[in-house]
Amino acid sequence: MPDLALFRTTTFRVALLYLGLFLASVLVILGLIYWFTAGFIERQTDETIAAEIAGLREQYRQRRLPGLIEVVNARSAVPRTSTLYLVATPTFTPLAGNLSDWPDDEPDAEGWIEFEIADAPEEPDGGSHEARAVVFTLPGGYHLLVGRDTMERRQFQDRVLISLAWALLLTVGLGAAGGVLISRNVMHRIDAINRTTRQIMSGALQERMAVENNGDELDQLAGNLNAMLDQIEHLMVGMRQVTDSVAHDLRTPLTRLRSRLEITLVEADTPDEYRSAIQEAISEADRLLGIFGALLSIAEAEAGTMQRSFQKVALSDLARQMADLYEPAAEEAGLSFVSDIRTEPEVLGNQQLIAQAIANLLDNALKYTPAGGCVTLTVSGQEGERGPCVSVSDTGPGIPAEQRESVLRRFVRLEASRSSPGNGLGLSLVDAVARLHGARLEMDDNHPGLIVSLVFPRMGKE
Amino acid sequence: MGGGVGGGMGGGMGDGTGEGQSREASGDRPFFGYDGAMKILVIEDDAQAAAYLVKGLKESGHVVDHVADGKDGLFMAGSENYDVLIVDRMLPGRDGLAIVEILRGAGTTTPVLFLSALGSVDDRVRGLRAGGDDYLTKPYAFSELLARVEALGRRKSAAEVTTTKLQVGELEMDLLARKVRRGAKQIDLLPREFRLLEYLMRHAGNVVTRTMLLENVWDYHFDPQTNVIDVHVARLRQKIDRDFPTPMIHTVRGAGYCLRA
Repeated sequence: MPDLALFRTTTFRVALLYLGLFLASVLVILGLIYWFTAGFIERQTDETIAAEIAGLREQYRQRRLPGLIEVVNARSAVPRTSTLYLVATPTFTPLAGNLSDWPDDEPDAEGWIEFEIADAPEEPDGGSHEARAVVFTLPGGYHLLVGRDTMERRQFQDRVLISLAWALLLTVGLGAAGGVLISRNVMHRIDAINRTTRQIMSGALQERMAVENNGDELDQLAGNLNAMLDQIEHLMVGMRQVTDSVAHDLRTPLTRLRSRLEITLVEADTPDEYRSAIQEAISEADRLLGIFGALLSIAEAEAGTMQRSFQKVALSDLARQMADLYEPAAEEAGLSFVSDIRTEPEVLGNQQLIAQAIANLLDNALKYTPAGGCVTLTVSGQEGERGPCVSVSDTGPGIPAEQRESVLRRFVRLEASRSSPGNGLGLSLVDAVARLHGARLEMDDNHPGLIVSLVFPRMGKE
Repeated sequence: MGGGVGGGMGGGMGDGTGEGQSREASGDRPFFGYDGAMKILVIEDDAQAAAYLVKGLKESGHVVDHVADGKDGLFMAGSENYDVLIVDRMLPGRDGLAIVEILRGAGTTTPVLFLSALGSVDDRVRGLRAGGDDYLTKPYAFSELLARVEALGRRKSAAEVTTTKLQVGELEMDLLARKVRRGAKQIDLLPREFRLLEYLMRHAGNVVTRTMLLENVWDYHFDPQTNVIDVHVARLRQKIDRDFPTPMIHTVRGAGYCLRA
């Protein structure tokens, strides 16, 4: 993966945008912190100077210049004071105070002045002592300067600034790294999906997307893709099975048909013999067409495209019609036929296909139940989690539990029933119809016999 | 139990024919037992299939025209007066569905039988929705096709007649009172037997196949493996023919049944 691709990803762009917003808010917060710390100290300096001036002004009013000089001298003598005083003659010769020289800098309109203290002791960090002061001109041309050494203040401000700058740098660094990491992680997973897709396209059909089981969108995407691939594989396997079955189960009767016609051509002499051979050939062809039709019906049901044309089907009416259709045939076969239809459930589906499925189940029941037995068609409504259900039960030989899965496959017929007519597609179609309708095909022991149920999904509330 | 299905289901039942006995046996019957010649147009592009179809229909006593493409078919169907149109769905240039839609749009009511290799439930519905009256999936048995074509031809000739009584020979059916009598004898029928007999009587003299019965009496379009229809007909036959010297319900070998006076 070329690294440039990282900058084109949506995730990265989103990460960048968030980083920008994050940075802006951090800047605002840091600015406020600076204002409340460094700014507060600066304002405090100015207030201290103002208080000093108020005191000196009082002294001057009472005792004039000598008093002022006395107070200044006294206050300058306080050890390690950071307040600066200087009284100077009109020619700026210092008279009293703890500054050795009148600063050269020009005061601003309000008398504030900022200057460097010339005779201050060397600081270990090499920084110079700076000061902020107010200057006054007293009557008689004398000058007064009151100020404060701002070195400590500046040092504090610098420290605050430096720590804020570090905080900012760290924020940017961590934010950017986080963005890149998240983006890279997502990219990595998308890349994995893309790689697997390409593998599958190039023929490795059994490959599946890696699912990390954390339930996020990418996991869902991978899960859905896997489900889609499973479905495709299932269909492909089904198709291959059909192709194989068709090859086997259609080729056999076709071969039989062909050889019978060939034998007829060689051996038959009389028109009657020809006639009966042709009649046999026609019924063989009809059987083949029946198999073909059944296969197509199964394929149609399995394609699932019919779901769009689903309508509400009254299951009980349908069952009554099927019972009506099959009852005489059952009685003719020496079976008692019971239809137990007490509820009126509705399901969403295709009436013809559901009817065909029920007919296939009844066909089977009639075919395999010995005379004297009983065939029951039951419709039950939804009960709890179980949806509406149609079931056909008989008292025939049943299907052993371990073979119930396999009889649903196309062309599968149990050994015991090989001799009876049928193509082994009836239950396959029922199964396909069930799956088309989202229904479940259940087979159970009827003690004795078989009970086959089509359990439809519960109808949603209207 | 099981017998309470309401009437009015079969597509061919509600069209009311009142002339049940007009087509009585006339001695020497043609191929499949229909004695009223019809004029039929076959629109089918496959030459061999068409030749087979035309030959069979002609041998059954009908007048048959054949065209191989949709444009000619449209022209012929619009200009001549046919009893039945047999339309293949897959035609060069134009879908059979489109042809029938155009004809129906132009007010032609001639019955149409679709022939198609597309046999799914959806295809069938599409065919009938486009204006087809019947739909037969290829490959088909000729007897099935003939029975259906003749049923369609009959239907047209009696389409406007509404009636409350059907009569075939000495067999009478009162559709309102739901009563059936043969000669002087009152015959009690189950609802499904009544519907079955009604369909047979409306198509008296015609062969009706098992699938036609399943489609029109029960409204289902599949092929039951068991001989369910035969059993129904056998039971009806018991009631109709048992006490009488001449049977009315005849089995036509390889095709289906025919009710004749």
